[in-house]
Amino acid sequence: MIGSLTHMQLQELWWLIAAVVGSLFLFLTFVQGGQTLLFTATKDEQEKALIINSIGTKWELTFTTLVLFGGALFAAFPLFYATSFGGAYWVWMLILFTFILQAVSFEYRKKPGNLLGARTYEIFLAINGSVGLILIGAAVATFFTGSRFTLNEYNQVTWQTQFHGLEAALNPFNLALGLLLAFLARILGALYLLNNIDYQPLNHRLRRAAWINFLWLLPFLLFVLVSLVTMDGFAVDGVTGVVAMEHGKYLNNLLAMPVVACLLVVGLLSVIYGVAAARFLDKRSGIWFGGLGTVLIGLSLFALAGYNHTAFYPSSADLQSSLTIYNASSSHYTLTVMTYVALAVPFVLAYIAYVWWQMDSKKLTLDELSGPEADKMY
Amino acid sequence: MPDYLATVDWARAQFALTALYHWIFVPLTLGLSFLCAFYESIYVKTGNEEWKKLTKFWMTLFGINFAIGVATGIIMEFEFGTNWSNYSWMVGDIFGAPLAVEGIFAFFIEATFFAVMFFGWNRVSKGFHLFSTWMVAVGSNLSALWILVANGWMQFPTGMAFNPDTARFEMQDIGAVILSPFAIGKFTHATSSGFVLAALFVIGISSLFLLQNRHQQMAKRSIAVAAVFGLLSSLFVGLTGDEAAYNVAHKQPMKLAAMEGLYVGQENAPVVAFGIVNSTKRPGDDTPAFYQEVKIPGLLSLLANREWNSYVPGINDLAFGNPARQIPGAAVRMANGKIAVAELVNYKAAKKSGDAPAAATALARFSQYQADLGYGHLTKAAEAAPPVATTFYSFHIMVVLGTLFPLLFLVVLFHTMKGTIEHQRCLNSINIFALFLGYIAGMAGWVVAEVGRQPWAIQDLLPVQVAATKLASGNVQTTFFLFLTLFTVLLIAEIRIMLKQITIGPEA
Repeated sequence: MIGSLTHMQLQELWWLIAAVVGSLFLFLTFVQGGQTLLFTATKDEQEKALIINSIGTKWELTFTTLVLFGGALFAAFPLFYATSFGGAYWVWMLILFTFILQAVSFEYRKKPGNLLGARTYEIFLAINGSVGLILIGAAVATFFTGSRFTLNEYNQVTWQTQFHGLEAALNPFNLALGLLLAFLARILGALYLLNNIDYQPLNHRLRRAAWINFLWLLPFLLFVLVSLVTMDGFAVDGVTGVVAMEHGKYLNNLLAMPVVACLLVVGLLSVIYGVAAARFLDKRSGIWFGGLGTVLIGLSLFALAGYNHTAFYPSSADLQSSLTIYNASSSHYTLTVMTYVALAVPFVLAYIAYVWWQMDSKKLTLDELSGPEADKMY
Repeated sequence: MPDYLATVDWARAQFALTALYHWIFVPLTLGLSFLCAFYESIYVKTGNEEWKKLTKFWMTLFGINFAIGVATGIIMEFEFGTNWSNYSWMVGDIFGAPLAVEGIFAFFIEATFFAVMFFGWNRVSKGFHLFSTWMVAVGSNLSALWILVANGWMQFPTGMAFNPDTARFEMQDIGAVILSPFAIGKFTHATSSGFVLAALFVIGISSLFLLQNRHQQMAKRSIAVAAVFGLLSSLFVGLTGDEAAYNVAHKQPMKLAAMEGLYVGQENAPVVAFGIVNSTKRPGDDTPAFYQEVKIPGLLSLLANREWNSYVPGINDLAFGNPARQIPGAAVRMANGKIAVAELVNYKAAKKSGDAPAAATALARFSQYQADLGYGHLTKAAEAAPPVATTFYSFHIMVVLGTLFPLLFLVVLFHTMKGTIEHQRCLNSINIFALFLGYIAGMAGWVVAEVGRQPWAIQDLLPVQVAATKLASGNVQTTFFLFLTLFTVLLIAEIRIMLKQITIGPEA
């Protein structure tokens, strides 16, 4: 059946797969959120240890999902990979830097002889959880606001600013989406930790943290939503492939794809319920609603950017250099092969879920930090 | 106009830096994961808590090494996009797939089961924990498989065709990409060299314990398993190395010539057992290739073609051609390549202006010469040769060390079986030193593989200067020094943490 799909169907399918992986990454940024809560939600070293060991079993999943997101885009939309990474050079380099800092920090933070001291590794984690996410948000926001690049007839990219992508962080919409991502991660982090840790004083503060970060998120969320439905967008002519600015393009996309509008609304409501359940209903299951909501919001954003004749990586410097899921994709053969490979994804998700359940069925407590296996803890 | 040539050099330097840093940590991960799995299997089988303690000690060191391996690894994947964006577009249709497959099939196995391996002792059953440790070993080595498939394809591009409309290579046969002799050779040779390094690591640290009269029982148990693993792996490294040389001889003859400093092709070609390379020698001149040399006649012919008397082409033959041997040489291929490049431009122009007959003519001429497309970007024939001294020395260092390791494992195993290993102070000192040799051998191997294939990003098709991103060199230069600083600081931290944990030992 996969073998009979047309190139266009495969391109649309792979945009969906990329969207799923990207949206799962957004959910898994609860790890990054947790890293920043290390400074604001804890009172002593024990509580820090609880947080570190709770998200410490999950950080590699987030990290790997980001790497897979990159790999999937490389395999399915190599022109995006080449254009964005080679062009918006500094944004991606700085994002990667923060992830390098993260990768060693869990393991090295409390190890004797770690050269820089525990505090430095905690700051590394905070940088990854804040700067890293803000920059990722700003980079994703350029799907809607565009970037200043041109492609020649050999599809080689030339960036038109000497800041190589850093200019994206100065656009209010991009910055707002970055901050939105950072606050959303903190909400998810608080909800995840609340669910995973059994320690009353910390749990109480995590409930408050989820609520306060939600209040912080609100203005950015409203700004992003209002901007999104009012801004001009990059429309692609279905026949000629010519790109032109269209007034209210993303609102038009929402109206043309009611499923996407539903995903967005249900996603937002789900996140709101997750926060409310933690703050006002004394529930610990908020992370599942917050997580599901985040995935749905992520899917709707990717759909708005890429479907319904829209350029997903537009160039504001040269409209005709803009990337669409059709002109940036791999060949029919490669997408077909990759689709067979993607059949393994449900199996991968299943074993991750099984191991997650095995590991998290017992809540993390202070006893465990001083128990017989404490020497293997972070 | 930015200086793109300097950008290429900085991009290459950065790739070399990040790849070599990454390769400090990866081979240990590949092998130590299996050793941990062996040790834990013995613990589960015997129920002896001493084996559990031993397993957890090596796992601690594994975890410290693993973290920085992950940190240095993420940059490698994205560097293809940031510093080599033209490459990413031109071959992304083929090269991206193994990277995505690696993520789906390998990285998630590692990430998921790593958490169980370290935090699951109390949370899952003994059996599931052992299963998880094995899965980390399998996952780590599967990661290596896919990236080495990708690397093998760069050395020997196959299973694809050039699409002039999109100006890129497109995949036609995934089977040919995965099962290419280079992919299989890279995977088997690189992973087994990782096993050797891990065996040297365990034996080296255990020998330190024996010298210090600490943890004797644990050290001897660790050595026994590691010596068997090391011996078998090191023999396999030799076998796969021979296969790799054979492949190189047939698909990358210039690399083989540089590995032996062979400028003039000959029958009964020798291997230089010892040599001091004349660094002023250039392809085509009459100066001697070596200041001093000791040769073993016929051995290179045997290595390359499995026949003592067979002919092996030299650097001059491959650069300037040798009609008597029907070797066209880079000079002729450059002329062909320039026609291919020009016809591609003509084709694009004809397509744009809607001139179908002109486009068809240009395309036909392009197809005729496209096998030499990459040569069209070279400016002189000597550019087709890699730096000889670097390639020669690194190859010889790798081979000499690779020959010593099985002998060392054999001696260690002999004394372990005899029960006298703890009294061999000299041998135990050598074992500690041998760990550093293990790191050098692995690094040297990658230098041969990557420096030896210059100037190509994709063999014969895409030279590095065309593959690089068009960026002002200052950007890449800055990130080079950022990585250098960051990785060096993290390496120092890693070594200090390791040494501290070794001092603490398994009793903690």
